[in-house]
Amino acid sequence: MTYEQLLTIAALAEDKYIVMTAENRALVRNIPQALGNRFIDTGITEQTMIGAAAGLALRGRVPVVHALTSFLTMRAFEFIRTDIGIPALPVKLSGFIPGFLSDGNGPTHQALEDISLMRGIPNMEVYAPADEDDLIKMLPYIWSTPRPAYVRINTRTTPYVHADYEPGKAEIISTGSDVTILAYGLMFEQSLQAATYLAQEGKSVGLINLRSLKPFDEQALLQATANSKLIVTVEDHFLTGGLYSIVAETLLKHKTTADVLPFALNEKWFKPALLPALMKHEGFTGKQIAEKILGYQLQDEHQEIKLAAFAE
Amino acid sequence: MTPFFTPEYKHLEDIALKVRSHIIKMATNGGCFIGASLSAVDILVYLYADYLDLHHGNLNDPDRDYLFLSKGHDVPALYGTFVEMGLLEHHRLGNHLSVDDHIYWHPNTNIEGVEFHSGSLGHLPSIAIGVAIDIKIRGGKNRVFCVLGDGELNEGTCWEAALVANAYKLDNLIFVVDRNQFQANMATEDLIPLEPLKEKFESFGASVKRIDGHDFAQIDEAFCAIPFEEGKFQVIIADTVRGKGLPSIERRADRWFCNFTPDEVEQLLQELYGEPQAFLTSNTLVVR
Repeated sequence: MTYEQLLTIAALAEDKYIVMTAENRALVRNIPQALGNRFIDTGITEQTMIGAAAGLALRGRVPVVHALTSFLTMRAFEFIRTDIGIPALPVKLSGFIPGFLSDGNGPTHQALEDISLMRGIPNMEVYAPADEDDLIKMLPYIWSTPRPAYVRINTRTTPYVHADYEPGKAEIISTGSDVTILAYGLMFEQSLQAATYLAQEGKSVGLINLRSLKPFDEQALLQATANSKLIVTVEDHFLTGGLYSIVAETLLKHKTTADVLPFALNEKWFKPALLPALMKHEGFTGKQIAEKILGYQLQDEHQEIKLAAFAE
Repeated sequence: MTPFFTPEYKHLEDIALKVRSHIIKMATNGGCFIGASLSAVDILVYLYADYLDLHHGNLNDPDRDYLFLSKGHDVPALYGTFVEMGLLEHHRLGNHLSVDDHIYWHPNTNIEGVEFHSGSLGHLPSIAIGVAIDIKIRGGKNRVFCVLGDGELNEGTCWEAALVANAYKLDNLIFVVDRNQFQANMATEDLIPLEPLKEKFESFGASVKRIDGHDFAQIDEAFCAIPFEEGKFQVIIADTVRGKGLPSIERRADRWFCNFTPDEVEQLLQELYGEPQAFLTSNTLVVR
Protein backbone atom coordinates (compact mmCIF):
# COMPACT_ATOMS: atom_id res chain seq x y z
CA MET A 1 0.00 0.00 0.00
CA THR A 2 1.37 3.41 -0.96
CA TYR A 3 0.47 6.83 0.40
CA GLU A 4 -1.46 7.61 -2.76
CA GLN A 5 -3.40 4.35 -2.66
CA LEU A 6 -4.34 4.89 0.98
CA LEU A 7 -5.45 8.46 0.31
CA THR A 8 -7.48 7.38 -2.71
CA ILE A 9 -9.25 4.67 -0.75
CA ALA A 10 -9.98 7.02 2.16
CA ALA A 11 -11.26 9.80 -0.08
CA LEU A 12 -13.43 7.49 -2.18
CA ALA A 13 -14.91 5.98 0.97
CA GLU A 14 -15.87 9.32 2.54
CA ASP A 15 -16.64 12.44 0.55
CA LYS A 16 -15.63 14.63 3.49
CA TYR A 17 -12.07 14.32 2.22
CA ILE A 18 -10.77 16.94 -0.22
CA VAL A 19 -7.28 16.48 -1.61
CA MET A 20 -5.42 19.71 -2.22
CA THR A 21 -2.00 20.63 -3.46
CA ALA A 22 0.00 23.75 -4.17
CA GLU A 23 1.16 22.15 -7.39
CA ASN A 24 3.17 19.47 -5.67
CA ARG A 25 1.72 16.40 -7.33
CA ALA A 26 4.43 13.84 -6.67
CA LEU A 27 2.36 12.09 -4.00
CA VAL A 28 -1.03 12.52 -5.65
CA ARG A 29 -0.34 11.99 -9.35
CA ASN A 30 -3.41 9.82 -9.98
CA ILE A 31 -5.81 11.45 -7.53
CA PRO A 32 -7.34 13.95 -10.01
CA GLN A 33 -8.79 11.13 -12.11
CA ALA A 34 -10.02 9.32 -9.01
CA LEU A 35 -11.62 12.25 -7.20
CA GLY A 36 -12.65 14.72 -9.89
CA ASN A 37 -13.65 18.03 -8.35
CA ARG A 38 -12.64 16.90 -4.87
CA PHE A 39 -9.05 17.31 -6.02
CA ILE A 40 -8.04 20.99 -5.93
CA ASP A 41 -4.70 22.28 -7.18
CA THR A 42 -4.35 25.98 -6.32
CA GLY A 43 -1.06 26.35 -8.14
CA ILE A 44 2.07 27.59 -6.43
CA THR A 45 0.10 29.37 -3.70
CA GLU A 46 0.78 27.72 -0.35
CA GLN A 47 -0.94 30.50 1.60
CA THR A 48 -4.07 30.55 -0.54
CA MET A 49 -4.23 26.76 -0.45
CA ILE A 50 -4.21 26.81 3.36
CA GLY A 51 -6.84 29.55 3.52
CA ALA A 52 -9.03 27.69 1.05
CA ALA A 53 -8.55 24.51 3.06
CA ALA A 54 -9.84 26.37 6.12
CA GLY A 55 -12.85 27.53 4.09
CA LEU A 56 -13.54 23.97 2.97
CA ALA A 57 -13.24 22.78 6.57
CA LEU A 58 -15.86 25.39 7.57
CA ARG A 59 -18.16 23.57 5.15
CA GLY A 60 -17.57 20.23 6.86
CA ARG A 61 -14.74 18.95 4.70
CA VAL A 62 -11.46 17.43 5.84
CA PRO A 63 -8.84 18.74 3.40
CA VAL A 64 -5.61 16.77 3.08
CA VAL A 65 -3.16 19.32 1.70
CA HIS A 66 0.19 18.78 0.03
CA ALA A 67 3.22 20.96 -0.52
CA LEU A 68 6.94 20.81 -0.05
CA THR A 69 7.45 21.01 3.69
CA SER A 70 9.65 24.08 3.64
CA PHE A 71 7.03 26.14 1.79
CA LEU A 72 4.05 24.57 3.56
CA THR A 73 5.33 25.18 7.07
CA MET A 74 7.19 28.45 6.49
CA ARG A 75 5.72 30.31 3.51
CA ALA A 76 2.22 29.52 4.79
CA PHE A 77 3.05 29.51 8.50
CA GLU A 78 0.85 32.43 9.49
CA PHE A 79 -2.07 31.04 7.49
CA ILE A 80 -1.68 27.67 9.22
CA ARG A 81 -1.42 29.30 12.63
CA THR A 82 -4.20 31.83 12.09
CA ASP A 83 -6.71 30.08 9.83
CA ILE A 84 -6.29 26.47 10.97
CA GLY A 85 -4.74 26.73 14.43
CA ILE A 86 -6.98 29.38 16.00
CA PRO A 87 -10.29 27.76 14.98
CA ALA A 88 -8.75 24.23 15.34
CA LEU A 89 -10.08 23.14 11.95
CA PRO A 90 -9.54 19.55 10.79
CA VAL A 91 -7.04 20.27 8.04
CA LYS A 92 -4.39 17.58 7.51
CA LEU A 93 -1.02 18.88 6.36
CA SER A 94 1.20 16.55 4.36
CA GLY A 95 4.69 17.98 4.19
CA PHE A 96 6.80 16.53 1.44
CA ILE A 97 10.61 16.10 1.41
CA PRO A 98 11.24 17.23 5.00
CA GLY A 99 14.69 17.23 6.56
CA PHE A 100 17.43 15.38 4.68
CA LEU A 101 14.89 14.19 2.09
CA SER A 102 15.26 17.46 0.20
CA ASP A 103 18.76 16.15 -0.52
CA GLY A 104 20.21 18.08 -3.48
CA ASN A 105 17.84 21.06 -3.43
CA GLY A 106 19.87 23.32 -1.18
CA PRO A 107 18.95 25.34 1.90
CA THR A 108 15.86 26.99 0.35
CA HIS A 109 14.18 23.58 0.43
CA GLN A 110 15.63 22.29 3.71
CA ALA A 111 12.80 22.03 6.23
CA LEU A 112 14.73 21.67 9.47
CA GLU A 113 12.41 23.67 11.70
CA ASP A 114 9.06 22.15 10.72
CA ILE A 115 8.64 20.20 13.97
CA SER A 116 9.53 23.30 15.96
CA LEU A 117 7.11 25.53 14.06
CA MET A 118 4.17 23.16 13.91
CA ARG A 119 4.32 22.04 17.53
CA GLY A 120 4.32 25.69 18.57
CA ILE A 121 0.78 26.11 17.25
CA PRO A 122 -1.91 25.40 19.84
CA ASN A 123 -4.25 22.58 18.72
CA MET A 124 -1.81 21.30 16.07
CA GLU A 125 -0.66 17.68 16.28
CA VAL A 126 2.71 16.66 14.84
CA TYR A 127 3.54 13.25 13.40
CA ALA A 128 6.72 11.84 11.87
CA PRO A 129 6.40 8.26 10.57
CA ALA A 130 9.57 6.21 10.30
CA ASP A 131 8.91 4.84 6.81
CA GLU A 132 6.12 3.94 4.42
CA ASP A 133 4.90 1.04 6.54
CA ASP A 134 4.74 3.28 9.59
CA LEU A 135 3.09 6.04 7.56
CA ILE A 136 0.36 3.74 6.28
CA LYS A 137 -0.27 2.45 9.81
CA MET A 138 -0.53 5.95 11.28
CA LEU A 139 -2.43 7.93 8.64
CA PRO A 140 -5.91 6.35 9.00
CA TYR A 141 -5.98 7.52 12.60
CA ILE A 142 -4.48 10.94 11.84
CA TRP A 143 -6.99 11.62 9.06
CA SER A 144 -9.93 10.37 11.11
CA THR A 145 -9.68 12.89 13.94
CA PRO A 146 -11.48 16.26 14.01
CA ARG A 147 -8.20 18.04 14.82
CA PRO A 148 -5.53 19.78 12.73
CA ALA A 149 -2.44 17.71 12.11
CA TYR A 150 0.93 18.04 10.43
CA VAL A 151 2.60 14.94 9.03
CA ARG A 152 6.28 14.88 8.14
CA ILE A 153 5.72 12.66 5.13
CA ASN A 154 8.18 9.82 4.65
CA THR A 155 7.36 7.30 1.95
CA ARG A 156 10.70 5.44 2.00
CA THR A 157 10.55 1.72 2.44
CA THR A 158 12.60 -0.14 5.05
CA PRO A 159 12.61 -3.84 5.92
CA TYR A 160 11.22 -3.09 9.36
CA VAL A 161 7.62 -4.10 10.03
CA HIS A 162 6.07 -1.76 12.57
CA ALA A 163 3.53 -2.46 15.27
CA ASP A 164 0.02 -1.11 14.79
CA TYR A 165 -0.30 2.54 15.67
CA GLU A 166 -1.55 3.37 19.12
CA PRO A 167 -2.52 7.06 19.36
CA GLY A 168 -0.20 9.08 21.56
CA LYS A 169 2.21 6.19 22.02
CA ALA A 170 5.74 5.78 20.80
CA GLU A 171 6.81 2.44 19.35
CA ILE A 172 9.24 0.78 21.74
CA ILE A 173 11.49 -1.28 19.49
CA SER A 174 13.78 -2.47 22.29
CA THR A 175 14.84 -1.54 25.80
CA GLY A 176 18.39 -1.38 27.11
CA SER A 177 20.37 -0.32 30.17
CA ASP A 178 23.39 1.31 28.49
CA VAL A 179 21.78 3.58 25.94
CA THR A 180 18.36 4.37 24.52
CA ILE A 181 18.09 5.99 21.10
CA LEU A 182 15.07 8.19 20.41
CA ALA A 183 14.39 8.84 16.74
CA TYR A 184 11.64 9.86 14.36
CA GLY A 185 11.06 9.89 10.63
CA LEU A 186 13.88 9.25 8.22
CA MET A 187 16.42 8.83 11.02
CA PHE A 188 14.66 5.76 12.39
CA GLU A 189 16.34 3.47 9.86
CA GLN A 190 19.85 4.76 10.66
CA SER A 191 19.08 4.57 14.38
CA LEU A 192 18.02 0.95 13.97
CA GLN A 193 21.36 0.25 12.28
CA ALA A 194 23.19 2.13 15.04
CA ALA A 195 21.41 0.01 17.64
CA THR A 196 22.50 -3.15 15.82
CA TYR A 197 26.15 -2.01 15.80
CA LEU A 198 25.99 -1.10 19.47
CA ALA A 199 24.51 -4.51 20.36
CA GLN A 200 27.31 -6.18 18.39
CA GLU A 201 29.76 -4.23 20.54
CA GLY A 202 28.12 -5.65 23.66
CA LYS A 203 25.94 -2.72 24.62
CA SER A 204 22.46 -3.05 26.04
CA VAL A 205 20.50 -0.82 23.64
CA GLY A 206 17.01 0.58 23.65
CA LEU A 207 15.39 2.08 20.55
CA ILE A 208 12.23 4.14 20.40
CA ASN A 209 10.40 5.20 17.23
CA LEU A 210 8.57 8.25 18.49
CA ARG A 211 5.96 8.46 15.71
CA SER A 212 4.17 11.42 17.29
CA LEU A 213 6.07 14.50 18.49
CA LYS A 214 2.89 16.14 19.68
CA PRO A 215 1.30 14.64 21.62
CA PHE A 216 4.59 13.31 22.99
CA ASP A 217 4.83 9.97 24.79
CA GLU A 218 6.33 11.28 28.02
CA GLN A 219 6.21 7.91 29.76
CA ALA A 220 8.35 6.33 27.06
CA LEU A 221 11.02 8.96 27.67
CA LEU A 222 10.81 8.75 31.45
CA GLN A 223 11.13 4.97 31.38
CA ALA A 224 14.12 5.24 29.05
CA THR A 225 15.87 7.75 31.32
CA ALA A 226 15.17 5.53 34.32
CA ASN A 227 16.50 2.42 32.59
CA SER A 228 19.41 3.73 30.50
CA LYS A 229 22.65 5.50 31.35
CA LEU A 230 22.55 7.54 28.15
CA ILE A 231 19.77 9.00 26.02
CA VAL A 232 20.54 9.71 22.35
CA THR A 233 18.24 11.86 20.22
CA VAL A 234 18.53 11.52 16.44
CA GLU A 235 16.73 13.91 14.10
CA ASP A 236 17.22 15.57 10.72
CA HIS A 237 16.07 18.86 12.23
CA PHE A 238 17.68 21.84 13.86
CA LEU A 239 18.88 21.22 17.39
CA THR A 240 16.56 23.98 18.56
CA GLY A 241 12.86 23.26 18.81
CA GLY A 242 12.74 19.62 17.81
CA LEU A 243 13.17 16.35 19.67
CA TYR A 244 16.15 17.50 21.74
CA SER A 245 14.11 20.46 22.96
CA ILE A 246 11.09 18.26 23.63
CA VAL A 247 13.24 15.91 25.70
CA ALA A 248 14.68 18.84 27.66
CA GLU A 249 11.21 20.32 28.27
CA THR A 250 9.77 16.97 29.31
CA LEU A 251 12.59 16.12 31.73
CA LEU A 252 12.38 19.57 33.30
CA LYS A 253 8.62 19.25 33.64
CA HIS A 254 9.12 16.01 35.57
CA LYS A 255 11.98 17.48 37.65
CA THR A 256 14.49 14.97 36.38
CA THR A 257 17.52 14.98 34.12
CA ALA A 258 19.63 12.66 32.01
CA ASP A 259 22.82 12.42 30.02
CA VAL A 260 21.63 13.26 26.53
CA LEU A 261 23.66 13.07 23.32
CA PRO A 262 21.85 14.87 20.49
CA PHE A 263 22.29 14.22 16.78
CA ALA A 264 20.79 17.26 15.05
CA LEU A 265 21.84 20.22 12.92
CA ASN A 266 23.31 22.76 15.27
CA GLU A 267 23.06 26.30 13.90
CA LYS A 268 23.65 25.15 10.34
CA TRP A 269 22.00 23.86 7.19
CA PHE A 270 23.28 20.63 5.72
CA LYS A 271 25.49 20.19 2.68
CA PRO A 272 23.22 19.73 -0.36
CA ALA A 273 24.01 16.46 -2.14
CA LEU A 274 22.40 13.14 -2.93
CA LEU A 275 20.96 11.63 0.21
CA PRO A 276 23.56 8.90 0.90
CA ALA A 277 26.46 11.30 0.41
CA LEU A 278 25.02 14.10 2.51
CA MET A 279 24.13 11.79 5.37
CA LYS A 280 27.71 10.53 5.51
CA HIS A 281 29.02 14.08 5.21
CA GLU A 282 26.89 15.23 8.13
CA GLY A 283 27.67 12.15 10.25
CA PHE A 284 24.15 10.74 10.41
CA THR A 285 24.64 7.17 9.14
CA GLY A 286 23.92 4.29 11.50
CA LYS A 287 27.60 3.45 11.68
CA GLN A 288 28.60 7.05 12.43
CA ILE A 289 25.94 7.37 15.10
CA ALA A 290 27.15 4.15 16.75
CA GLU A 291 30.78 5.27 16.57
CA LYS A 292 30.05 8.59 18.23
CA ILE A 293 28.16 6.83 21.04
CA LEU A 294 30.94 4.26 21.48
CA GLY A 295 33.76 6.75 21.20
CA TYR A 296 35.74 4.60 18.75
CA GLN A 297 35.69 3.58 15.09
CA LEU A 298 34.06 0.41 13.80
CA GLN A 299 35.69 -1.77 11.16
CA ASP A 300 32.39 -2.45 9.36
CA GLU A 301 31.54 -0.82 6.04
CA HIS A 302 28.72 1.71 5.86
CA GLN A 303 25.45 0.04 5.05
CA GLU A 304 23.98 1.17 1.76
CA ILE A 305 21.59 4.11 1.89
CA LYS A 306 19.00 4.19 -0.86
CA LEU A 307 18.76 7.25 -3.04
CA ALA A 308 15.78 9.50 -2.43
CA ALA A 309 12.94 8.49 -4.70
CA PHE A 310 11.97 11.99 -5.83
CA ALA A 311 13.94 15.01 -6.85
CA GLU A 312 11.65 18.02 -6.90
CA MET B 1 -21.54 64.69 4.33
CA THR B 2 -23.96 64.35 1.48
CA PRO B 3 -26.74 62.09 2.60
CA PHE B 4 -28.85 60.44 -0.03
CA PHE B 5 -32.31 60.69 1.45
CA THR B 6 -34.19 59.02 -1.32
CA PRO B 7 -37.44 57.59 -0.01
CA GLU B 8 -36.65 54.14 -1.38
CA TYR B 9 -33.58 53.84 0.81
CA LYS B 10 -34.76 55.83 3.82
CA HIS B 11 -34.81 52.71 6.01
CA LEU B 12 -31.16 52.03 5.16
CA GLU B 13 -30.19 55.65 5.83
CA ASP B 14 -31.85 55.40 9.22
CA ILE B 15 -30.02 52.19 10.11
CA ALA B 16 -26.69 53.53 8.87
CA LEU B 17 -27.07 56.61 11.05
CA LYS B 18 -27.63 54.43 14.11
CA VAL B 19 -24.68 52.23 13.23
CA ARG B 20 -22.47 55.31 12.93
CA SER B 21 -23.57 56.39 16.38
CA HIS B 22 -22.65 52.95 17.75
CA ILE B 23 -19.19 53.29 16.20
CA ILE B 24 -18.61 56.73 17.68
CA LYS B 25 -19.55 55.43 21.12
CA MET B 26 -16.96 52.66 20.76
CA ALA B 27 -14.20 55.19 20.00
CA THR B 28 -13.52 55.93 23.65
CA ASN B 29 -12.27 54.11 26.72
CA GLY B 30 -9.62 52.38 24.63
CA GLY B 31 -10.81 53.50 21.24
CA CYS B 32 -11.28 51.80 17.90
CA PHE B 33 -10.47 52.06 14.21
CA ILE B 34 -13.16 54.65 13.67
CA GLY B 35 -12.23 55.95 10.20
CA ALA B 36 -12.25 52.60 8.43
CA SER B 37 -15.40 51.61 10.31
CA LEU B 38 -17.33 54.68 9.18
CA SER B 39 -16.35 54.17 5.54
CA ALA B 40 -17.72 50.62 5.47
CA VAL B 41 -21.05 51.30 7.21
CA ASP B 42 -23.30 51.78 4.20
CA ILE B 43 -22.03 48.68 2.42
CA LEU B 44 -22.48 46.49 5.51
CA VAL B 45 -25.89 47.93 6.32
CA TYR B 46 -27.09 47.35 2.77
CA LEU B 47 -25.77 43.78 2.74
CA TYR B 48 -27.20 42.71 6.08
CA ALA B 49 -30.43 44.70 6.02
CA ASP B 50 -31.53 44.36 2.42
CA TYR B 51 -29.48 41.96 0.43
CA LEU B 52 -27.89 38.87 1.91
CA ASP B 53 -29.80 35.69 2.52
CA LEU B 54 -28.45 35.76 6.04
CA HIS B 55 -30.40 36.41 9.18
CA HIS B 56 -30.88 35.21 12.73
CA GLY B 57 -32.75 32.11 11.61
CA ASN B 58 -30.23 30.71 9.10
CA LEU B 59 -26.78 31.46 10.50
CA ASN B 60 -25.84 27.77 10.37
CA ASP B 61 -27.70 26.88 7.20
CA PRO B 62 -25.18 25.67 4.59
CA ASP B 63 -27.32 27.32 1.91
CA ARG B 64 -27.02 30.80 3.42
CA ASP B 65 -25.02 33.60 1.85
CA TYR B 66 -21.61 34.07 3.43
CA LEU B 67 -20.01 37.38 4.32
CA PHE B 68 -16.35 37.39 5.27
CA LEU B 69 -15.07 40.65 6.71
CA SER B 70 -11.41 40.55 5.77
CA LYS B 71 -10.65 44.15 6.82
CA GLY B 72 -11.39 43.14 10.38
CA HIS B 73 -10.41 46.42 11.99
CA ASP B 74 -13.77 47.88 10.91
CA VAL B 75 -15.49 45.51 13.30
CA PRO B 76 -17.41 48.33 15.07
CA ALA B 77 -19.33 48.77 11.81
CA LEU B 78 -20.10 45.05 11.74
CA TYR B 79 -21.20 44.84 15.37
CA GLY B 80 -23.18 48.08 15.08
CA THR B 81 -24.96 46.54 12.11
CA PHE B 82 -25.50 43.30 14.04
CA VAL B 83 -27.18 45.29 16.80
CA GLU B 84 -29.57 46.91 14.33
CA MET B 85 -30.28 43.54 12.73
CA GLY B 86 -31.09 41.94 16.08
CA LEU B 87 -28.06 39.64 15.91
CA LEU B 88 -26.31 41.22 18.89
CA GLU B 89 -27.75 42.69 22.07
CA HIS B 90 -27.20 46.44 22.17
CA HIS B 91 -25.80 46.49 25.69
CA ARG B 92 -22.93 44.23 24.66
CA LEU B 93 -21.31 47.07 22.70
CA GLY B 94 -20.69 48.53 26.15
CA ASN B 95 -18.48 45.51 26.82
CA HIS B 96 -15.97 46.78 24.28
CA LEU B 97 -12.47 45.70 25.42
CA SER B 98 -13.84 44.00 28.53
CA VAL B 99 -12.57 40.55 29.51
CA ASP B 100 -16.18 39.61 30.19
CA ASP B 101 -17.16 39.58 26.52
CA HIS B 102 -15.56 39.05 23.12
CA ILE B 103 -15.93 42.57 21.74
CA TYR B 104 -12.44 43.71 20.80
CA TRP B 105 -10.61 45.36 17.93
CA HIS B 106 -11.07 42.51 15.49
CA PRO B 107 -13.96 40.16 14.76
CA ASN B 108 -14.12 36.66 16.17
CA THR B 109 -16.51 33.77 15.97
CA ASN B 110 -17.49 34.00 19.62
CA ILE B 111 -19.85 36.67 18.30
CA GLU B 112 -22.78 35.02 16.59
CA GLY B 113 -22.92 35.99 12.94
CA VAL B 114 -19.17 36.36 12.44
CA GLU B 115 -18.24 33.77 9.81
CA PHE B 116 -14.50 33.82 10.50
CA HIS B 117 -12.05 35.77 12.59
CA SER B 118 -9.91 38.40 10.88
CA GLY B 119 -7.34 40.99 11.74
CA SER B 120 -4.40 39.67 9.78
CA LEU B 121 -4.93 41.21 6.37
CA GLY B 122 -5.16 39.23 3.16
CA HIS B 123 -6.49 36.04 4.73
CA LEU B 124 -10.21 35.91 4.09
CA PRO B 125 -10.11 36.01 0.28
CA SER B 126 -8.66 32.51 0.40
CA ILE B 127 -11.10 31.34 3.08
CA ALA B 128 -13.90 32.65 0.86
CA ILE B 129 -12.45 30.72 -2.07
CA GLY B 130 -12.57 27.47 -0.10
CA VAL B 131 -16.23 28.08 0.78
CA ALA B 132 -17.09 29.13 -2.79
CA ILE B 133 -15.43 26.03 -4.26
CA ASP B 134 -17.33 23.78 -1.85
CA ILE B 135 -20.61 25.43 -2.77
CA LYS B 136 -19.78 24.79 -6.43
CA ILE B 137 -18.91 21.14 -5.74
CA ARG B 138 -22.23 20.64 -3.97
CA GLY B 139 -24.20 22.51 -6.62
CA GLY B 140 -25.34 25.23 -4.22
CA LYS B 141 -26.75 28.59 -5.28
CA ASN B 142 -25.56 30.71 -2.36
CA ARG B 143 -22.97 33.45 -2.78
CA VAL B 144 -19.79 34.28 -0.91
CA PHE B 145 -18.90 37.91 -0.22
CA CYS B 146 -15.56 39.08 1.05
CA VAL B 147 -15.15 42.70 2.18
CA LEU B 148 -11.61 43.98 1.72
CA GLY B 149 -9.88 47.19 2.61
CA ASP B 150 -7.99 49.06 -0.08
CA GLY B 151 -4.81 49.16 1.98
CA GLU B 152 -5.27 45.44 2.47
CA LEU B 153 -4.67 45.03 -1.25
CA ASN B 154 -0.97 45.57 -0.54
CA GLU B 155 -0.99 41.98 0.67
CA GLY B 156 0.11 39.60 -2.07
CA THR B 157 -2.33 36.95 -0.96
CA CYS B 158 -5.24 39.10 -2.20
CA TRP B 159 -3.82 38.83 -5.69
CA GLU B 160 -2.92 35.17 -5.25
CA ALA B 161 -6.57 34.63 -4.35
CA ALA B 162 -7.65 36.55 -7.45
CA LEU B 163 -5.55 34.21 -9.61
CA VAL B 164 -7.17 31.16 -8.02
CA ALA B 165 -10.70 32.63 -8.13
CA ASN B 166 -10.22 33.19 -11.85
CA ALA B 167 -8.77 29.70 -12.38
CA TYR B 168 -11.78 28.08 -10.69
CA LYS B 169 -14.30 30.42 -12.39
CA LEU B 170 -15.88 31.32 -9.07
CA ASP B 171 -18.82 33.40 -10.20
CA ASN B 172 -20.37 32.81 -6.78
CA LEU B 173 -17.56 34.85 -5.20
CA ILE B 174 -17.67 38.62 -4.81
CA PHE B 175 -14.86 40.76 -3.45
CA VAL B 176 -16.13 44.10 -2.14
CA VAL B 177 -13.37 46.69 -1.79
CA ASP B 178 -13.96 49.52 0.67
CA ARG B 179 -11.97 52.05 -1.37
CA ASN B 180 -11.62 54.77 1.26
CA GLN B 181 -8.31 55.97 -0.20
CA PHE B 182 -6.32 55.47 2.99
CA GLN B 183 -4.20 52.80 4.51
CA ALA B 184 -3.17 53.03 8.12
CA ASN B 185 -1.15 56.21 8.17
CA MET B 186 -1.20 57.52 4.63
CA ALA B 187 -3.22 57.95 1.46
CA THR B 188 -2.87 54.78 -0.59
CA GLU B 189 -1.83 56.71 -3.65
CA ASP B 190 0.98 58.39 -1.72
CA LEU B 191 2.40 55.10 -0.45
CA ILE B 192 1.54 52.07 -2.57
CA PRO B 193 -0.62 53.33 -5.45
CA LEU B 194 -3.50 51.03 -6.38
CA GLU B 195 -4.95 52.78 -9.39
CA PRO B 196 -6.10 51.92 -11.93
CA LEU B 197 -7.77 49.44 -9.59
CA LYS B 198 -10.69 48.40 -11.77
CA GLU B 199 -8.34 47.55 -14.62
CA LYS B 200 -6.04 45.66 -12.26
CA PHE B 201 -8.84 43.35 -11.16
CA GLU B 202 -10.13 43.02 -14.72
CA SER B 203 -6.70 41.94 -15.87
CA PHE B 204 -6.90 39.17 -13.24
CA GLY B 205 -10.10 37.93 -14.86
CA ALA B 206 -12.70 39.61 -12.65
CA SER B 207 -15.90 41.27 -13.73
CA VAL B 208 -15.76 44.63 -11.95
CA LYS B 209 -18.19 47.40 -11.05
CA ARG B 210 -17.12 50.64 -9.43
CA ILE B 211 -19.69 52.57 -7.43
CA ASP B 212 -20.15 55.28 -4.81
CA GLY B 213 -20.08 53.22 -1.63
CA HIS B 214 -22.27 55.71 0.22
CA ASP B 215 -25.05 55.90 -2.38
CA PHE B 216 -27.59 53.18 -1.62
CA ALA B 217 -29.10 53.45 -5.09
CA GLN B 218 -25.74 52.70 -6.70
CA ILE B 219 -24.95 50.00 -4.15
CA ASP B 220 -28.33 48.37 -4.77
CA GLU B 221 -27.95 48.50 -8.53
CA ALA B 222 -24.50 46.89 -8.42
CA PHE B 223 -25.39 44.05 -6.05
CA CYS B 224 -28.63 43.31 -7.87
CA ALA B 225 -26.60 42.83 -11.06
CA ILE B 226 -24.81 39.80 -9.55
CA PRO B 227 -23.82 37.58 -11.28
CA PHE B 228 -22.22 40.12 -13.58
CA GLU B 229 -20.85 37.57 -16.02
CA GLU B 230 -21.07 33.79 -15.96
CA GLY B 231 -17.79 32.11 -15.07
CA LYS B 232 -16.10 35.21 -13.67
CA PHE B 233 -15.45 36.18 -10.08
CA GLN B 234 -16.74 39.62 -9.26
CA VAL B 235 -15.29 42.72 -7.67
CA ILE B 236 -17.30 45.70 -6.47
CA ILE B 237 -15.06 48.67 -5.81
CA ALA B 238 -16.99 50.93 -3.46
CA ASP B 239 -15.52 54.43 -3.44
CA THR B 240 -15.92 55.64 0.10
CA VAL B 241 -14.70 58.31 2.49
CA ARG B 242 -12.67 57.36 5.53
CA GLY B 243 -14.48 58.77 8.53
CA LYS B 244 -17.72 59.23 6.53
CA GLY B 245 -20.36 61.11 8.49
CA LEU B 246 -18.02 63.12 10.69
CA PRO B 247 -16.55 66.07 8.76
CA SER B 248 -14.04 66.71 11.52
CA ILE B 249 -12.29 63.40 10.86
CA GLU B 250 -13.17 62.70 7.22
CA ARG B 251 -10.20 62.07 4.91
CA ARG B 252 -7.67 62.79 7.62
CA ALA B 253 -4.63 60.55 7.79
CA ASP B 254 -4.24 61.21 11.51
CA ARG B 255 -7.78 60.07 12.39
CA TRP B 256 -7.34 56.36 11.91
CA PHE B 257 -7.39 54.75 15.31
CA CYS B 258 -9.09 57.17 17.68
CA ASN B 259 -9.57 57.15 21.42
CA PHE B 260 -11.74 60.16 22.24
CA THR B 261 -12.70 61.65 25.57
CA PRO B 262 -16.33 61.16 26.65
CA ASP B 263 -16.92 64.86 25.95
CA GLU B 264 -15.56 64.54 22.44
CA VAL B 265 -17.79 61.53 21.84
CA GLU B 266 -20.82 63.65 22.78
CA GLN B 267 -19.72 66.39 20.40
CA LEU B 268 -19.12 63.88 17.61
CA LEU B 269 -22.58 62.39 18.09
CA GLN B 270 -24.05 65.88 17.70
CA GLU B 271 -21.88 66.43 14.65
CA LEU B 272 -23.21 63.19 13.17
CA TYR B 273 -26.74 64.56 13.49
CA GLY B 274 -25.82 67.82 11.74
CA GLU B 275 -24.64 70.06 14.60
CA PRO B 276 -21.39 72.06 14.35
CA GLN B 277 -18.10 70.24 14.14
CA ALA B 278 -16.66 68.77 17.28
CA PHE B 279 -13.73 70.42 18.97
CA LEU B 280 -11.17 67.65 19.17
CA THR B 281 -8.06 67.93 21.27
CA SER B 282 -7.24 64.25 21.82
CA ASN B 283 -4.01 63.12 20.33
CA THR B 284 -5.94 60.42 18.58
CA LEU B 285 -3.56 58.79 16.17
CA VAL B 286 -2.32 55.63 17.77
CA VAL B 287 -0.17 53.54 15.50
CA ARG B 288 -1.07 49.89 15.88
